[in-house]
Amino acid sequence: MKFGVVQFPGSNCDFDCYYAIKNVLQVPVDMIWHKDNDLDGYNCIVLPGGFTYGDYLRVGAIARYSPIMSAVLNFAKKGGFVLGICNGFQVLTESQLLPGALIRNTCLHFICKNQTIRVENIDTPFTGMCQKNQILQIPIAHGEGCYYADKKTVDELEANKQIIFRYCDGSGKITKEANPNGSICNIAGICNKERNVLGLMPHPERSTENCLGSVDGRLLFESIMMYLKKKSILVK
Amino acid sequence: MEKFEQRKFWQKWNLTSNEYQCICHVLGREPNEIELGIYSVMWSEHCSYKNTRSLLKMLPTKADWVIQGPGENAGVIDIGEKELVVMKMESHNHPSAVEPFQGAATGVGGILRDIFTMGARPVALLDSLRFGDFHQDHTQYLYQGVVGGIAFYGNCVGVPTVGGETIFSESYQGNILVNVMCVGLVKKEKIVLATAKGVGNSIILIGAKTGRDGIGGAAFASVELNEKSEEDRPAVQIGDPFAEKLLIEACLELVQFEEVVGLQDCGAAGLTSSLSEMAARGHSGVEIELSEVPQREAGMNPFEIMLSESQERMVVIVEKGKEERVLSTLRRWDLDSAIIGHVTDNQRFTIKKHGQVVADIPVRSLSDGAPVIKREIIEPLWQKEIKKLNLDEFEEYEDYNSILLTLLSSPNLSCKEDIYQQYDHMVQVNTVVPPGDDSAVLRLKGTKKAIALTTEGNGRYCLLDPFQGAQIAVAEGARNLSCKGATPKAVTDCLNFGAPENSDSYWQLVQAIKGLSESCKFFDTPVISGNVSLYNENDGKPIDPTPVVGMVGVINDCNHICTLDFKSENDLIFLLGETGNELGGSEYLEIIHHMKRGLPPILNLAREKKIQSFCRKMIEKDLLASAHDCSLGGLAIALSESCICSGLGAKVELKTDIRSDCCLFGESQSRIIVSINPSNYEDFVEIAQQENIPFQQIGMVKKDCLKINQWVNLPVSQLEKAWRRKKNA
Repeated sequence: MKFGVVQFPGSNCDFDCYYAIKNVLQVPVDMIWHKDNDLDGYNCIVLPGGFTYGDYLRVGAIARYSPIMSAVLNFAKKGGFVLGICNGFQVLTESQLLPGALIRNTCLHFICKNQTIRVENIDTPFTGMCQKNQILQIPIAHGEGCYYADKKTVDELEANKQIIFRYCDGSGKITKEANPNGSICNIAGICNKERNVLGLMPHPERSTENCLGSVDGRLLFESIMMYLKKKSILVK
Repeated sequence: MEKFEQRKFWQKWNLTSNEYQCICHVLGREPNEIELGIYSVMWSEHCSYKNTRSLLKMLPTKADWVIQGPGENAGVIDIGEKELVVMKMESHNHPSAVEPFQGAATGVGGILRDIFTMGARPVALLDSLRFGDFHQDHTQYLYQGVVGGIAFYGNCVGVPTVGGETIFSESYQGNILVNVMCVGLVKKEKIVLATAKGVGNSIILIGAKTGRDGIGGAAFASVELNEKSEEDRPAVQIGDPFAEKLLIEACLELVQFEEVVGLQDCGAAGLTSSLSEMAARGHSGVEIELSEVPQREAGMNPFEIMLSESQERMVVIVEKGKEERVLSTLRRWDLDSAIIGHVTDNQRFTIKKHGQVVADIPVRSLSDGAPVIKREIIEPLWQKEIKKLNLDEFEEYEDYNSILLTLLSSPNLSCKEDIYQQYDHMVQVNTVVPPGDDSAVLRLKGTKKAIALTTEGNGRYCLLDPFQGAQIAVAEGARNLSCKGATPKAVTDCLNFGAPENSDSYWQLVQAIKGLSESCKFFDTPVISGNVSLYNENDGKPIDPTPVVGMVGVINDCNHICTLDFKSENDLIFLLGETGNELGGSEYLEIIHHMKRGLPPILNLAREKKIQSFCRKMIEKDLLASAHDCSLGGLAIALSESCICSGLGAKVELKTDIRSDCCLFGESQSRIIVSINPSNYEDFVEIAQQENIPFQQIGMVKKDCLKINQWVNLPVSQLEKAWRRKKNA
């Protein structure tokens, strides 16, 4: 089992993801340079948060043209797991690995705080370790995290159960007040139809240790690890 | 005719005739225009400290743990386990006053470069901000701009902004203060200094191309602001945090290479100051060829190239013939670079254009040659008057509920969440105590240790008594750290004052430095870096003298940290320290009685130190449930905060041998509110008595309401609404 964290120019949660996977979860992980184009041997690729290319032009718009992204597209096509966190989620929508777009928060400024999200679908490789409707505390930190898609797309996401996380209040209610950025239907994270590509705005790597205030983010990584372990047992 | 032109020129750049003569003497001839321009900037107050150099010598700068004191880009201390903490604070006041967003953003960029220049990874930013009257539209514009600029830059480079202060006072109307502090970490053997040594070694300029932005920024920072200052907007630089992020990563790779001799950023006065300082430190000279400097626009003259303050540029000195690994690393990060010259041994700064010498200056005369200015020290006549305060003039009240709510919702005492939530304060996953507490705490990965960080300063106290006000800044900083369990280790400071030519301002500066010096010596927290920002005036009126102290403390075991929120019902609440009949310079006096006068609170350094060390000991022994510094706004505000942040209430009974307003809102120093689990009562009291700590049990943590004597009785939800400035509060 091996993870890879892509390092784009301007990524700034790359080391945090690397640290969480390697030191906290103790799983083998490599940094992958954006100019590389080979992802052989990896099971899960993380596109970390940050400001790729300074978020100039449009968030994630330049990073999608990095050489590594064509490798990521192929990797995803073959069923490899791709986890896009924050700016990584933005890169995934720009690359059209995920539908919709992330636009400026409705409050018009950057927000960094602890956030509760509700797990909407536990039947994915990224949420297998979660309970149904479990409330997770995972921080957010973004200026452009307002998820938007047209009605047809949102209906499809709903129908296919691709909405994985929604912003909720402390008791799990999906309310307008609990929505930090104006995302449509309180969407915090979605996956593709095939369930091997997940994008989310909250930062699971920031909630993997007690001293940081929450360990709920571990569940995402552990779900992937569990899924991979089961799969390898089945293959054997 | 030519001389006349020069004369106008040096006057325009704020050189005196004495200084001009000095330059002629050093050169043995009259300077040409480029040389004069270089001197004018290097001898500005901002770069030369000509007014303050002799005063700053009063500050303690040494301790066993100090690896590097003032004189480098940043100070360095050893905190054990091979970890070094690098830190520095700097002002960006004038640029932020005319262009708040870019002014603040480039302030962040500049201080970051001071840290990674030393080979350290920046791990935290703090911002100490002062604005004018909160209710004026222009203040709101400046405030939103500054906060937006800090967020824009700090968030993008991935360095958490974990603390600071935001104060509003009419004194800063027209001359806001933006002081930015950065802290970095580096392993002991990896530290790099900013020197240019080794004849023939290459000087490589990396990062952004040089443009016409920010020319004369240092000189601009050394004059008073006035109604025409907005025309100086071209002197404000434009920041590119993305380029900075690449520079950080690339430079932290470069410093691992043996062939890298020195690294320096291009800050105030651009190439001129970075090269002359490096050469001066290395006791060598430098020779550069201007046509090799990558330029953003055509037709730049030598003066513009030398003094451009284009951001995100670094100078690296590399051993001759071994440039390739450095250059290829820079290419990998898509950063521009050019070899622009080499190190010499003639101790001269030689600038050529197309092979022709255009300036040739003895290096040392630029960095240390500015004539030191000594001034008379005269106490202002109004100083005695302003200290007078007769408490009998003020009515005491039966009911302080509405006063407490008014204070809680006032701009200086209310919750600062709206600000710090705009900053990414969690990136790098070290933030174990986030902003909003007395100080921020960061764990150090791979060790048991943590560091606590804070900034502290009170312009009002310093107006009333600059000596004591400065002492209090240090004491409060140390208390902020001690309340989290951290032992204070070192200080970085920003001295924000009016023009030194104004004898009132100069006296304030001298007094404040004396106060800082005495206090820092007492707390064993040497001043390892910092800066001085003079000429903080608007239309002839100086700001309240505002020395800001940035402090770092060390926690040996990250498991023993305390926070300010109450933890459980029925925990016992104690007040460490004593409350006096003091209201001078308090927030209460200004907001409720609209008065800025009296003596600032008395500070007994010995008692302060004893109480702080007791607090740390109790945290280390896990005997405290919460600890909160009792300062701005007094006891009632501190209790309210401990309630609001926990959602719990408290029932408090205070002794009434002093005035009720002093009890609730007086800002007596050396006080800490702690809460303890009842099972720890005996241990706590025994140690407190043994150590002769003044303390009293003042109440108990309860549900829902804060009740203080007969004076205050309010639901915590109502306190919270006021504090968070929610409408319909």
